[in-house]
Amino acid sequence: MLTQDEVRHIAKLARIQVTDEKLEQYASELSNILDFFKDLEEVNTNDVIETSQVTGLESVTRPDVIVPSKIEKELLECTPHTVEEGMVRLPNIM
Amino acid sequence: MSKLIEYSLSELVSKLQSQEITSRELTEAYIDEIESRNEDLNVFLTTTFDRAREMADASDSRIKAGQALSDLDGIPISLKDVVCTKGITTTAASNILKNFTPPYNATVWDKLESAGCVLLGKVNTDEFTMGGSTESSAFGVTKNPIDPTCVPGGSSGGSAASVAAHFCAGSIGTDTGGSIRQPASFCGVSGLKVSYGRVSRWGCMPMASSLDTVGPIAKTPEDCARMLQIIAGKDPKDSTTPEQAVPDYLKNLGDSISGMTFGIPKEYFTDGINPEVVSIIDSTKAIIENLGGKVVDISLPHTKYAISAYYIIAPSEISANMSRYDGIRFGHLGTEKESLEEIYSSTREEGLGDEVKRRILIGTYALSAGYYDAYYRKAQKVRTLIKQDFDNAFEKVDAILCPAAPTPAFKIGKNDGDPLLAYLEDAFTIPASLAGICGISFPVGFSKDKLPIGPQILCPAYTEERALQIGNQIYNAVHNP
Repeated sequence: MLTQDEVRHIAKLARIQVTDEKLEQYASELSNILDFFKDLEEVNTNDVIETSQVTGLESVTRPDVIVPSKIEKELLECTPHTVEEGMVRLPNIM
Repeated sequence: MSKLIEYSLSELVSKLQSQEITSRELTEAYIDEIESRNEDLNVFLTTTFDRAREMADASDSRIKAGQALSDLDGIPISLKDVVCTKGITTTAASNILKNFTPPYNATVWDKLESAGCVLLGKVNTDEFTMGGSTESSAFGVTKNPIDPTCVPGGSSGGSAASVAAHFCAGSIGTDTGGSIRQPASFCGVSGLKVSYGRVSRWGCMPMASSLDTVGPIAKTPEDCARMLQIIAGKDPKDSTTPEQAVPDYLKNLGDSISGMTFGIPKEYFTDGINPEVVSIIDSTKAIIENLGGKVVDISLPHTKYAISAYYIIAPSEISANMSRYDGIRFGHLGTEKESLEEIYSSTREEGLGDEVKRRILIGTYALSAGYYDAYYRKAQKVRTLIKQDFDNAFEKVDAILCPAAPTPAFKIGKNDGDPLLAYLEDAFTIPASLAGICGISFPVGFSKDKLPIGPQILCPAYTEERALQIGNQIYNAVHNP
């Protein structure tokens, strides 16, 4: 079971504001889902290697050549913030 | 209804190339149909008719001059709204990207555009592809063209519906846990889930990066083969696409499947399966045997653990992928913006829907300190066992025949308020996704309520030509005997 405090903590980690009403809903829904996952405990996975990719490709690299994107201006136009000298202006962090 | 729009993509290819019809004429026929029925069905989120007319005219000039760019020159299509299109709104059916216009094309659209395809518009999906019904779209559910009280399936429900409603000749969807195969089955069309890495995902909004695939939905398996021929192959921009040669997907389509062995996995016939779905599998089995194929029983023993493994792995990857939606570089900006922290959390609270948030929260939990081993690592190990089940099965059989979904298309609202119930709908498509293999669904029959049901044929990774051949042979036995 996930408590509402735990959901609040996870939501904070995930940077999502959650209202008290939603906190209650998520706590119950997520608890049900996590409870369902318990069936994996039946599976013996000793000595089983994890699968994180299925193509056999690992650490794919490419030549370190700089290619201009030519769409810097268009990319910056996507931001909802003010752009100054090619940079996005945000509130102070400190 | 204009007869033109009822032809398959493959039939239209020959009509266009022989100049029996023009792309402009065909494009106008689809536009008429979309204008008269899209409001009711809610398939297109954005239409690009002006541009489509220009593209069609350009295509007609090329074909007339004997300079067609490809077989698909002049073919009108739709794209799931997670495929980035330069200068055309791309929303992922989410409020967070409601006004987002990408400055570049996804590789898949680049390839289709370079092949001369005409874009009619962008179609609905579950928000960021998270769902199996299009009900999680921020812009409303798409209605199933066969029965508008039912969902079209999902997440590529808009793509499947756009083909079923005769709004276009083909569509591009994505399949992470069944999102092409299940809506194809629900709408009575054909959909190919490619092997992981077969088609570039660059420029397609990611959901779960170790599972996401991009593929075609069209009326017939042959149509899917023609689209795959254009979009398959290595892309330097997507490092998960291997240097694997792209075969001629049309070459073997007409070959008999006589002598092939098909396995039916007993684990797919659980209590939850609708008897009408079972009877479609039975009739598909009979067709295969008529065509000279052999059908045997097989076992995929870890099938029942696939849902849990998937719904740990996918949300974990989702929680990482979705962190890019932070109100800084693109998309919606939250109303609270005094601090960076407030920007992040209010943007995400306002911009993302319930299902997306649930998956981010599950993933964040599963990856958080103290839980990683119990959830994510365990699920990755179970994934290995599921993949091994398929490896073992394919030593004995050429292909696997199984249902694409436990039921025909269900009523809109059926799973409201119970996310877990919705996850269980994916039981038959998820295992192949975890294994990274390919699969196809195509229409074979109907339920007593006249809802289409398509089976699913699964083949080993990078044998799309086999899946398409089998699909084509069974499809033709049913529809063109």
